[in-house]
Amino acid sequence: MITFAVFFLSQKLYSRFKFFFFNPVLVTISTLILFLKLSEIPYQEYFEGGKMISFFLGPSVVALGVPLYLQLEEIKKRGKSILLSLVLGSVLGIVSVVGIASLLGASKKVIFSLAPKAVTTPIAMGITEKLGGILPLTAALVITTGILGAVLGPSFLRLLKIKSPIAFGLAMGAASHGIGTARAAEEGELQGAISGLALCLNGIITAILMPFVMDWMSFLGFF
Amino acid sequence: MIKNLLIIFCCLFSGDLISFLLKIPIPGNVIGMVLLVLALQFKWVKLEDVKPAADILVKNLAFLFVPPGVGMILYFDLIAEELIPISVSLLVSSLIMLAVVGLVQQKLEKKGA
Repeated sequence: MITFAVFFLSQKLYSRFKFFFFNPVLVTISTLILFLKLSEIPYQEYFEGGKMISFFLGPSVVALGVPLYLQLEEIKKRGKSILLSLVLGSVLGIVSVVGIASLLGASKKVIFSLAPKAVTTPIAMGITEKLGGILPLTAALVITTGILGAVLGPSFLRLLKIKSPIAFGLAMGAASHGIGTARAAEEGELQGAISGLALCLNGIITAILMPFVMDWMSFLGFF
Repeated sequence: MIKNLLIIFCCLFSGDLISFLLKIPIPGNVIGMVLLVLALQFKWVKLEDVKPAADILVKNLAFLFVPPGVGMILYFDLIAEELIPISVSLLVSSLIMLAVVGLVQQKLEKKGA
């Protein structure tokens, strides 16, 4: 029952707030949190209903394989440069978020939840689960990262004199996954497509590199 | 549609199984995604046999993280306690990623890579 109410609410909110500052996911989550707080329904009870929705996280990640397959030719053409940029970005992204959080005194559980922050949520959940972080916290941090990138990204990239549409889309998708991709698509079709590709590839690259990077950082005494 | 979903779940379960059996620290869903790309590339699976369901799933991807996102209600105290490391690391790291990916890609393109 709650599942349907939530879903209906989400869709209503989505069609109402197309403006990216009112990111539909953010609005829906805040509304629901407020609703649960006010009605004093415990989260566990809500989650029973939400389970059906969460069940589809796994298949949705697999489904990302279809757009990836469709863009395989484009990837092959620019393959080397795209791969190199994303690997560098992914590694420096993990190192910087883990390093800064650790230096500022974050706890181990929070560090593990922060590590996959730039990756699309379903993949980030898988990574956090393997690391031993907190799943709902990761979801919240990933969404926050996406909104940060979507709001600040375009002006920051212009400041850096990024003029190539491919570089623009790639940076947005890698740093702020789906929410950044929605923003990149506003700039142009190529930016949107490349950003979608970047979110897919960055998810895979980060999932593969994460255990190694975390091992080094643990060895260096960050946590 | 049932055939579509069956193929997708097959990839997912094979991915989970591979992740579990080989004890590789890559989530099963990511391995499942790669398996689907391989299956399409080698024509084991026809594109029209997965695309309709995949399109629906990808389109609604954002909504799927509403329930886990609402779960942050359970961690408000933790977030408040570590607000500074969390917000500074997220902001700085996001800017670093944007800069690195954007600048490296643009440089490489100019060199014709």
